[in-house]
Amino acid sequence: MSAVVTPVKTSIALQTRGLSKSFGSLTVANDIALNLPVGARYALIGPNGAGKTTLINLMTGMLAPDKGQIFLGGDDVTALTPQARVKRGLARTFQINTLFAGLNALEAVTLAVAERRGIADRFWQNIAVNKEAIEEAYEILVKLKLGDACYQQTRELPYGRQRLLEIALALATKPKVLLLDEPAAGVPQDESGDIFEVVASLSDDLTLLFIEHDMHVVFRFATHIIVLVSGAVFAEGSPSEIAADQGVREVYLGARKHG
Amino acid sequence: MALQDAPMTTPQASSPQAYLQGLSRWRTIEIIFWLATLLPFWLFPNYLSLASQIAVAALFALSLDLILGYAGVVSLGHAAFFGVGAYTAGLFAKFVWGEVFTGLIVATIMAALVGYAASFIVARFRHLTLIMITLGMGLLLHEAANSAGWLTGGSDGLQGIEVWKVAGLFKFDLYGTTAYGYSLAVLFVVFLFTRRLINSPFGLALRGIRENFVRMPAIGADSRAHIRKVYTISAAMAGIAGAVIAQTTETVSLEALSFERSADVLVMLVLGGAGRLYGGLVGAAIFLVARDQFSGIAPQFWYFWIGVLLVVVVMLLPNGILGGLSKITARWSRK
Repeated sequence: MSAVVTPVKTSIALQTRGLSKSFGSLTVANDIALNLPVGARYALIGPNGAGKTTLINLMTGMLAPDKGQIFLGGDDVTALTPQARVKRGLARTFQINTLFAGLNALEAVTLAVAERRGIADRFWQNIAVNKEAIEEAYEILVKLKLGDACYQQTRELPYGRQRLLEIALALATKPKVLLLDEPAAGVPQDESGDIFEVVASLSDDLTLLFIEHDMHVVFRFATHIIVLVSGAVFAEGSPSEIAADQGVREVYLGARKHG
Repeated sequence: MALQDAPMTTPQASSPQAYLQGLSRWRTIEIIFWLATLLPFWLFPNYLSLASQIAVAALFALSLDLILGYAGVVSLGHAAFFGVGAYTAGLFAKFVWGEVFTGLIVATIMAALVGYAASFIVARFRHLTLIMITLGMGLLLHEAANSAGWLTGGSDGLQGIEVWKVAGLFKFDLYGTTAYGYSLAVLFVVFLFTRRLINSPFGLALRGIRENFVRMPAIGADSRAHIRKVYTISAAMAGIAGAVIAQTTETVSLEALSFERSADVLVMLVLGGAGRLYGGLVGAAIFLVARDQFSGIAPQFWYFWIGVLLVVVVMLLPNGILGGLSKITARWSRK
């Protein structure tokens, strides 16, 4: 890291600077600079292939950027592994269910809690002696309305509940910043509201960035919208600003109306 | 019938903690299983040497189950650690003294050290690459032992091992009574350790690695550190199995490090059912009894029958014999 870095304001939970990534001649992230203030509710929108998931992968460290930096609470985390970033409070969910199919919901969330508490390498004690960790996991499940299904194997859970378990696993890491990659992807439109109600009920100190295609949901839950086109930030602003932006209407909202 | 098979849903456990506690409770069938392992002393007194071999193979398969069945880490060179344990115990008995428990501990530590060193390579790879790497490491050690004939006896095997009476009381005899008692006791102790491990937070993390390797970093888990740890533990267990065979037979042959041994243990585990704690134990018993019986019919062709058995089991029972049994009992109890 170069020495000429201006100090980052601590009220910024997550910041990226000049984040760039290419696969061959295809640029998937082009000089992305974002600031997510603490407690923000940001929506990340853009047409398919705009690089939304790629941006989450870059932020979480699942993909290494060619250029640029990522700051978490003012600290440069660009060189850290994904798991180290999680330990510092940066969690994500996946657009396609990325769950522990053969574990039940209680086991899965207990595992995430155990990892956060640093007890997951204890091979000499029965899991059941860790009462606090198990109860914490159960509370998260109850909060996400999964309490009654927590002994069911993940692969047997209805799809909508699996989407909630995605969020539960991320919450078990006690994140400061949570990146939700299409939390309601694949869920029928009339049920996606339930998932976003859960998202909206999350603590106010939690900084949220979510990818979502349904504009009703975006305008209802986001306080700020980032429009990504071809790997670059095309527009950024409050929902009303974005709604009034002629350029956004043309490249994105207009296109969606017919699609 | 389904050993260690958790019910899919528990009707109404009083609390999540009590539910998880319940999963690790000893089942009646498990107690019956362990009592049954004592039967050969009375029922098959002429087969105690075979029973001892089964106990050793079961222990070896249990060590493979820990990495393959629980963490999803494949290995085709697990005999490396079995061999290290066997040669260490053999050399220790030959050049230091013949006391079994110290020999066992030294062999365990040695195998654990080699496993720990290898784990740094193993934890970086998966799937086919890992199969090739473990296979390569196994062959490497085999040839190393072969060329170090001055120490290992090379292809003639390590001779001149003299093992003392166990605890100063039980002499290793021709009938294999002491051998089986000793092997079984070691197997049981290691089994208790393994059973605790798989019901521990670490055991849960291993299942997490098996179920979804991609998700693990996203919940803050360092999967590689977990794999290094379990690989070291598994290597130590394989080393114990090797040490027991060296001590009970008072010889170590190159075969202890061979590819066949690595392949056989994998077959045993797959036959019995991986990731079920008892799969390797049941598989070892079936494999070795079958070998004993088939080689009585036609010694050269017994692998043919093992091949048939393996193909049939894998095609009809993808989760091994125990997996098949648990499915049948689940269906039966639902009616």
